[in-house]
Amino acid sequence: MDLKTKALTKSLWVFHAATSPCNNCDIEILDLLTPRHDVERFGMVLVGSVRQADVLLVTGVPNFKTKERLKKLYAQAAKPCLVVAIGGCACGRIMFRESYNSPCAVDEIIPVDAYIPGCPPKPEAIIAGVVKLIEKVRKQL
Amino acid sequence: MKIIFNYLIFPGFLFSACVGLIAGWFDRKVTARIQWRKGPPWHQNFTDIIKLLGKETIIPEGAKLTFLLSPYLGLLSAVLAATILGKSMLLPLESFLGDLIVILYLLIMPAVAIILGASSSRNPFASLGASREMKLVLGYELPFILAIVAVIIKSAGSIQLGSILNHQINYGSHIASYSGIVAFIVAIFCIQAKLGFVPFDAPEAEQEIMAGTLIEYSGLPLAIFRLTKAVLLYTLPLFLIILFLGKDTSIVWFLAKYIGILVIIILIKNTNPRLRIDQALRFFWGPLTVLAIIALGLALFGL
Repeated sequence: MDLKTKALTKSLWVFHAATSPCNNCDIEILDLLTPRHDVERFGMVLVGSVRQADVLLVTGVPNFKTKERLKKLYAQAAKPCLVVAIGGCACGRIMFRESYNSPCAVDEIIPVDAYIPGCPPKPEAIIAGVVKLIEKVRKQL
Repeated sequence: MKIIFNYLIFPGFLFSACVGLIAGWFDRKVTARIQWRKGPPWHQNFTDIIKLLGKETIIPEGAKLTFLLSPYLGLLSAVLAATILGKSMLLPLESFLGDLIVILYLLIMPAVAIILGASSSRNPFASLGASREMKLVLGYELPFILAIVAVIIKSAGSIQLGSILNHQINYGSHIASYSGIVAFIVAIFCIQAKLGFVPFDAPEAEQEIMAGTLIEYSGLPLAIFRLTKAVLLYTLPLFLIILFLGKDTSIVWFLAKYIGILVIIILIKNTNPRLRIDQALRFFWGPLTVLAIIALGLALFGL
């Protein structure tokens, strides 16, 4: 493992892409920044611009509108950019599978590196998922 | 040879960047403690810079050459300011006449670099941030220069950093007088705006215009902008120390003063909401300019 990868895993900047979620997962993500779960301990911060992001957090089921936006967002991000699908909707569309307004799942649009299921996943589950993502990155690169 | 060493290593680039990055960690840690969190480890800002160096650099379609060059302009002038200030702190007698004016110009350059880079990136949010940054520069430069003129009057009309320091070593720090403390309060607010910290961070307002001026930057140029911010976080408090607190320049006292100014800045940052750009401008041209003129008047009467 080289210095570059080590630095990447120690300072993941997160961009939060909400592709029409019900806001439950979003609140759980914001929970991670609060005193109880403080993920800034591990160098993770929310950034405003997708150009600066290392991780794209995707929540919700992509519909016809947000599908294009998500594709664009991923193309705009500086590589290496990891993608994490948070919540049951982003992982596999659960009960919206047959919906008229849900063309495809997140991993059919962009490559997803980690899935964190749950409706919504607890903050502990999200942290566990990110730890697994970091282990995966360390093995890959 | 000695000049290159001074510029690149001590007290120039390497030293000021390291001190600035550690000060940036101090800022994040104190912020975290105020919010009852734990905060990042001490090497976090170094890790961020190394990570940014390893990322892809995206140049937006139609961006000018200034998009890539302006970060260097900001960093080079900030480092030059750090070098001149550090040298005049170490050897007050070797400074040249008028270096105070040079420092004033050099400290505007990072803001100019941000404006140039943002407006050449062809992003509407970036141009919005650039226009806000421009207004902020116009706002804070007036009271800042007036406060510095008060210092110049107090140190017998000298525009040389070394003789300002010598004056303070002989007759006591400027902050220990009425005009000095008023000018110091003005200058603290101005460097808060120069650093882009919270009451005056409208150009980079994350919640309204995403990352504002830095929105299109990624990889190496972003790392250079972050280094510029870090160097400024070392340079500006050092400038204030030379202007107002120059009585005792031993290392222990210097560290105490530096950390004191840093804590004041961080506390202002953490206890205030962001001002709208018109409110910030009104604040700088209204109360702060009046305070600066009062300081000037007091200095003229020798108080």
